[in-house]
Amino acid sequence: MPVQDVQGQKIWQRRAGRESLFHWVLWLIGIAVFAYCWQQISNATTWFFVWDAPNIAGDIWRRATPPKWEYITQLGKPIWDTLNIATLGTIIALLLAVPVAFLAARNTTPSALFVRPIALLIIVSTRSINSLIWALLLIAIIGPGVFAGVVAIAIRSIGFCAKLLYEAIEEIDHTQVEAITATGASRWQVMAYGIVPQILPAFAGIAVFRWDINIRESTVLGLVGAGGIGLQLSASLNVLAWPQVSLILLVILLAVVISEWVSAKVRGAII
Amino acid sequence: MSTDLNTIVGKPWKKPPFIQRAWLRWLLVFGFAAYLVAAVLTIEVNWSRVYEGLERGKQFVLAFTSPDFTSRSGDIWEGMLESIIMTVAASVVGIGISIPIALGAARNVAPLPVYLICRGIIAISRALQEIIVAILLVAIFGFGPLAGFLTLSFATIGFLSKLLAEDIESMDRVQAEAIRASGARWGQWINYGVQPQVMPRLIGLSMYRIDINFRESAILGLVGAGGIGATLNTAFDRYEYDTAAAILLIIIVIVMALEYLSGIIRERVQ
Repeated sequence: MPVQDVQGQKIWQRRAGRESLFHWVLWLIGIAVFAYCWQQISNATTWFFVWDAPNIAGDIWRRATPPKWEYITQLGKPIWDTLNIATLGTIIALLLAVPVAFLAARNTTPSALFVRPIALLIIVSTRSINSLIWALLLIAIIGPGVFAGVVAIAIRSIGFCAKLLYEAIEEIDHTQVEAITATGASRWQVMAYGIVPQILPAFAGIAVFRWDINIRESTVLGLVGAGGIGLQLSASLNVLAWPQVSLILLVILLAVVISEWVSAKVRGAII
Repeated sequence: MSTDLNTIVGKPWKKPPFIQRAWLRWLLVFGFAAYLVAAVLTIEVNWSRVYEGLERGKQFVLAFTSPDFTSRSGDIWEGMLESIIMTVAASVVGIGISIPIALGAARNVAPLPVYLICRGIIAISRALQEIIVAILLVAIFGFGPLAGFLTLSFATIGFLSKLLAEDIESMDRVQAEAIRASGARWGQWINYGVQPQVMPRLIGLSMYRIDINFRESAILGLVGAGGIGATLNTAFDRYEYDTAAAILLIIIVIVMALEYLSGIIRERVQ
């Protein structure tokens, strides 16, 4: 135990001398990096706008309240589109994620040397790029609209679902698989009766969890032109129709809260 | 099962259905099928436009084989640096603020009024997406990385405080009580009774959040909140797929490196 002698008295210390020096240097470096970052941000900022921010925020608040309630009649179709983007995107993603997950899991992959790295690459590359960027890309390729949104959400979700799913596959109980194999089942029968029942709860949980996230993401996809309620949001922002903006934000907030509630209920029922 | 053994002997085995009530099962199946049909029918797909786009899609995929890092290297470098700076600064500030809020949102540490206030802050922060917060902050604070920095810090608070508060709530009471029994003040109690128990989780979550913050910082530029997103958007608008591919590759590599690093750190602390 690190103990320091001060005038004949022993005083307990949390860390020994060298360890505490190491921590001290680590903190110093950390603070220096943060100070540098803050300086860079500060240099790129027009501070006059920042000092003026409370006024502007108050101004926006005055313009945005009360929300323009009658505008809700025009939001029905965008909300339906948003729901469709999230749901269809999740379904397509799950269909594609299942084979990728089986190829990526160590215990089910046909070849750990060639196939697994490819599957892992698909997972990492689709996961690390945000759905807005995928939407941007797909709009350039297949044109603006709901379809681009569905595909963007689908691609983005593959990596997420496949990663969680392949971790679930790797954690399965192997004795069950052996029992099915011992009955003389074929490779596909082993999969259907030995592996699938074990990962089904995880699969359902992942599906609902991702659907919930996708509802959030699809509400903003319209900002780049990929359909849904975000389209209305960006149109209202462009013409500075703040009462409409506040109504749309309220609707999005409501949608997010409802989807989170649904997903929590369903996951509670499954698991 | 054994009571009606006579009735099931000789019949082939069938999987038991997931939902026992037949009418509910079929209602759910048909309802979902009907929704799917309705959803697919309302999506207008301009197939000729998609077909035309396939050529551009092919070009983009091919661009990944020959990404162009050089011709816009200045813009890419600047944008990347700004993204990283925003990520670091926002993670530091966000984590710093979320620790006291997490303490406040843990029922076994904080009194009820503080608990309710902190839970409220977490709920607000989690319900608003980054990009919407960024739009509002850009409108208020003007263009630039400050808006992005504030957005990411705000989002970090909701994420980290919630998960950390859950960890604090499920901590071992015995250790904390032992520290309290030694006559520790509240600050010492937190420092020696609570903090050592949640530290591994805090470090793991922080690493994960830095990873998320970097990914998010890549899109904040789309709404003018600084970072690589603006460069990427411009590259797409100008159909410079090779530059866009280069940026995307850099993002993927950095995210992979961060994930690898956080894996190592998490293994060491646990």
